[in-house]
Order: sequence, then structure tokens, then C-alpha cells
Amino acid sequence: MQFRVLGSPAAAVVLVGLILALGGCSSGSSRAEAASSAKPPEKRKPAPDFQLKDANGQMFRLSDYKGKVVLLNFWATWCGPCKIEIPWFVDFERTYKDRGFAVIGIALDDDGWAVVKPYVERRQMNYRVAMGSPEIEQLYGGGEGIESLPTTFIIDRQSRVADIHVGLLGKSDYKDEIEELLAANDRVETTRQSIP
Amino acid sequence: MKNRALPVRCGVAAIAWAALWAQTAGVMSLLPPARLRVPRTGLVEYSLKAAVEPGYHVNSDKPNDEYLIPLRLSWDPGAVEVLAVKFPKPLLEKSDFSEQPLSVFTGNFEIVTQFKRAAGATPGPGLLTGKLRYQACNDKMCLPPKNIVVKVPLLVE
Repeated sequence: MQFRVLGSPAAAVVLVGLILALGGCSSGSSRAEAASSAKPPEKRKPAPDFQLKDANGQMFRLSDYKGKVVLLNFWATWCGPCKIEIPWFVDFERTYKDRGFAVIGIALDDDGWAVVKPYVERRQMNYRVAMGSPEIEQLYGGGEGIESLPTTFIIDRQSRVADIHVGLLGKSDYKDEIEELLAANDRVETTRQSIP
Repeated sequence: MKNRALPVRCGVAAIAWAALWAQTAGVMSLLPPARLRVPRTGLVEYSLKAAVEPGYHVNSDKPNDEYLIPLRLSWDPGAVEVLAVKFPKPLLEKSDFSEQPLSVFTGNFEIVTQFKRAAGATPGPGLLTGKLRYQACNDKMCLPPKNIVVKVPLLVE
């Protein structure tokens, strides 16, 4: 029997291609086990913009977050590894919010808000959560959509994809990467302010 | 002399050929199903042989978390009536991402369905269709729920 990480060989080709195009990194379980490090700025591709409605019924766009470091996490209530990451993201949102950081969770549950809203409340998710759509899945996952969960895109202040993680990673990997991106941008801000 | 059995044989062959395909989706597959012979009276037990790719598991029919998606086998109405669907005893597997062991199936296992002939079923060959819905994960990630279309050649006696 042929081993496939993704739903079909065609899907695998499309998703790997898209991931390479967006972030220039590898995908799959091996990626999940690797230590993370944001790609150099010159190798980052623009994060596709989208518009979605959040749990409070408010419309928002990714471009509203320009100037912030964004952790864009695709997840579902039936995804065990996603459940592990949620408390980490709650912590990141609380810790880094004032430094220009935000988490956005995109839920891919077929049953919609009926199952997602109670879950969000029970887990006390303090960050913005929206329901996924075929359009955003196409934008971030290619023709077959997002085929593995969790899948997380780390987006820099210039709305570029700095890294992509497919599968469960360590909390410290995310933390290091977020701090790296925030510090890099802090340095840019400091330099700008020091110019007379 | 005209061979009257030929169209029947061709029909059975076509059904069997169709049944060889579309029995896989993602990391789970079904072995090509054997023909189901439905007796005039009484019950018949029919086994579907499933396989999950190494490193992955699928939730059992009774997962121990309300949010997990159970394994489900459903059959379309037709020449047979479903009396029961029996899943094997699940494994209780410890996972990196769950505090309590997960109720799962891995590797090769069988799902048994008890059928009886439906009232008014016409004797002869046919095709029974159904759907196996599953959701799979490995230690690091989960795949969206998928459906496998099940096609079983049958012979109503």
C-alpha cells in the first residue's frame, strides 16, 4: 500500500506546491518535528488577503492586521493535536498582544458555529475565531483545501508568510519564532524612530 | 445454440469489476469486497476488510470524546435489510495529544454486517452500495473526515 500523508497524491502535490510558493518550506509530519525558524524576509511571499465573519458576527480582513505579527491557525474541534495548541495560543495572545501580535483561528468544522461556539467558550479562547470557507481553504491550501490539521501560518508585520507549520509543534518553537519576528520589527521601529 | 447464461455472467463480471474500484479514500481502504450471497430465508453475516495506513489511526465507532468523529458504516436501501453493524473491539491507544487513551482502530480489521433478504427482493445479481465515514489522525496531525463509497456485488437467491 502506498503511504500518503495527504488525502490524495494530487492533493499532496498541490499543497506542497502552494506551501513552497508561500513560504518556501517543507510540509508534512517531518516538518512538525523540526525546530522552527522564520524565513529570511527576502524569501517571504505575501499572505493572501481574505474576509471572514468572526464568532461575534463581525466581518474582518487579514489586511486589517497589517503592521502586526499574526499566527493564523487552521483547526477543528475534532482535531486532537489542535486541542493541545489552543492553551498555548491563548497564552501568546495575552503575552504579546500589546507588542503588535494577534492570533486568528480558522475553524474547519462541517457543523459550523453550532459546534464551534460552545467549544470556543469552554476553552476560553481569547483570540479571534472565524469559520473557514472554501475560498480561504483554496487560498491557503490549494485545490484540495487544507488537508491536515493543525496547519499554521506565521505572518510578519508586512503581511508576508514567514513560516508554515503542518502538524503539532512544540510551544517553544512557536514562542521563539513569534519573539524573533516581534524583535526584528521592534528593531526596525527603533531605527526609524532614531532617524531625525 | 444461444448462450443464455452469457448476459448474466457479463452482468456479474461488470458488477464485480465496479466493486474493485472506489473503495479507498485517504489513509483508509477496503479490500475488494467478496460477493454477498443473500439466502431466501435467514440471516447472513458479511465482513468488510478495512486497512488503515501505518502510523495512522481512525476513531472507533464509540470514541471517548464528544468532539471526535466516530467510524460509521451505512448501507443504502435495496435488496437486503440491515439488522446490525458490528465493529471489532477498539484499541485504547495513548497519544501525544490526549490525556486519556483514545478509542481507535489501526492496521487491518473487519466490520461485520448482518443482513437478511428484503421483502420483495428480486432474485439475481445486483450491487449493494454503502458509505464508510471515518476520521484519521497520526501523532502530530489529523485529516478531515472522509467517506469511502462501498460497492458490494450481491446475488439474491
